[in-house]
Amino acid sequence: MAMHIGGKMRTILAIVALVLAAIVLTPAGAQAQARNPDGSVNPSASAVKEEQLLQELQRIQGRVTIPDRKAAVLEQPAGREWREFHQVMLPWIGAIAILGMLAILVVFYLTRGMVRLEGGRSGRTIVRFNAFERFVHWMTAACFIVLALSGLNITFGRSLLLPLIGADAFAAWSQWAKYAHNYLSFPFTLGVVLIFLMWIGGNIPNRTDMRWIKEGGGLVGGSHPPAHRFNAGQKMIYWIVVIGGGAVAVTGYILMFPFYTTDIAGMQLAQVVHGVVAVLFVAAMLAHIYIGTIGMEGAFEAMGTGDVDVNWAQQHHALWLEDQQAKERHAMPRGATATPAE
Amino acid sequence: MARMKFLCDADRCIECNACVTACKNEHEVPWGINRRRVVTINDGKPGERSISMACMHCTDAPCAAVCPVDCFFTTADGVVLHSKELCIGCGYCFYACPFGAPQYPRVGNFGSRGKMDKCTFCAGGPDPENTAANYASYGTDRLIEGKLPLCAEMCSTKSLLAGDGEIIAQIYKERVTKRGYGSGAWGWKTAYRETVAI
Repeated sequence: MAMHIGGKMRTILAIVALVLAAIVLTPAGAQAQARNPDGSVNPSASAVKEEQLLQELQRIQGRVTIPDRKAAVLEQPAGREWREFHQVMLPWIGAIAILGMLAILVVFYLTRGMVRLEGGRSGRTIVRFNAFERFVHWMTAACFIVLALSGLNITFGRSLLLPLIGADAFAAWSQWAKYAHNYLSFPFTLGVVLIFLMWIGGNIPNRTDMRWIKEGGGLVGGSHPPAHRFNAGQKMIYWIVVIGGGAVAVTGYILMFPFYTTDIAGMQLAQVVHGVVAVLFVAAMLAHIYIGTIGMEGAFEAMGTGDVDVNWAQQHHALWLEDQQAKERHAMPRGATATPAE
Repeated sequence: MARMKFLCDADRCIECNACVTACKNEHEVPWGINRRRVVTINDGKPGERSISMACMHCTDAPCAAVCPVDCFFTTADGVVLHSKELCIGCGYCFYACPFGAPQYPRVGNFGSRGKMDKCTFCAGGPDPENTAANYASYGTDRLIEGKLPLCAEMCSTKSLLAGDGEIIAQIYKERVTKRGYGSGAWGWKTAYRETVAI
């Protein structure tokens, strides 16, 4: 192996030496004669050549007399790579991520089934998410669903939906989808920011998460690893929302306000990041929706009414329940002293 | 049928911007939209060249490939046109276009993109008729009247050539042979996957 690498290095060095020698030894006259054979000046002696510029630079740029700075880019062959990404790579990444996740969830549901509440309900409930938290969650969730569908429409609509409903109907729907995508980005971004701020406290990874992960979160085995307010799986979702949501928001605004902050290469990169993060985000949210609804008994109530059964809390968030009950006991006498018994 | 192409002979272009003006005037292109522009490379240095650039009406056009609503089509003359009825102003054609041809009026919210506008090779829109509505959206259809794009017709040095690809390539080839130099058919390799062999 070492011999092989050494051989390769020698070949590369030899090539570099040859190229350097060629550059040094080439006489100036080899490029273009400054004078024609009849002695007149050759006006194209140092003229810029398209092919040479394209080889040296990633794009050909010059000066324009109009105030539109991006118009100064004469040619940008990088558009071809972006086209390849948009036409081939992104649909593949999206299809594998989203269909793959759906397949995993179906198989998981069929084999594991719903995570049941052991021992049934206690009948007593405890507040898990207050009204404000639920409002923020559902505002973000509703925006996300519209953003996801209108976004997927841009990538997959032309091949899946257009042949079904025709060009005019598809264009009209896509136009509205674009408006919705642009407008709902604002409440969605606000939601991501609020989620980041209001739940950061419970989402810092710690030692309890290690055990939770080792025991498969109770999803695989039958155990119920203890967890504080958020278990390792929920922390993962939290950070996917915060980081993924932040990434799609930033790149989305770059795309929405084109060329305010970046050039053509930056716009293409923003679209690549936006597209890839968004399809992965959709795939992750499918898992989140699954476990919050048909995947686990008693889970939906947390975001539905905001109150969960004490047994549910005991099984899935034992440490959080302990803390809450300790707080309650602590708060009770204080409440009693605050109201005089008259 | 002819395969329509543009060819800018950079060794003749004097950056007078008559092509830009002719285009804007003929089609009453709104403020802020430039279907054609002149870019000067190596400005003020030896070997400076100016190139007049618009939509090159590519073979296997990248804009048409990436359009999410499939609003582009290629005419029998090889001209790449699009339907503003279908366009949603997403901006993707601009990312894919090697020549920066697509233009967007800032009519949307927050000054965002409206429906895309670009050079039509003076061939109007999808509907081959010179109606007032078509004119407002796409400009004049000169091809239907047997005329070539006005930018090239107006070119004072006949640097910008527009017409059947084979004929304009022949004209350019003759020029280069006669004068002994030529900086190449700019954009041809990218747009048509071929260049003018001299």
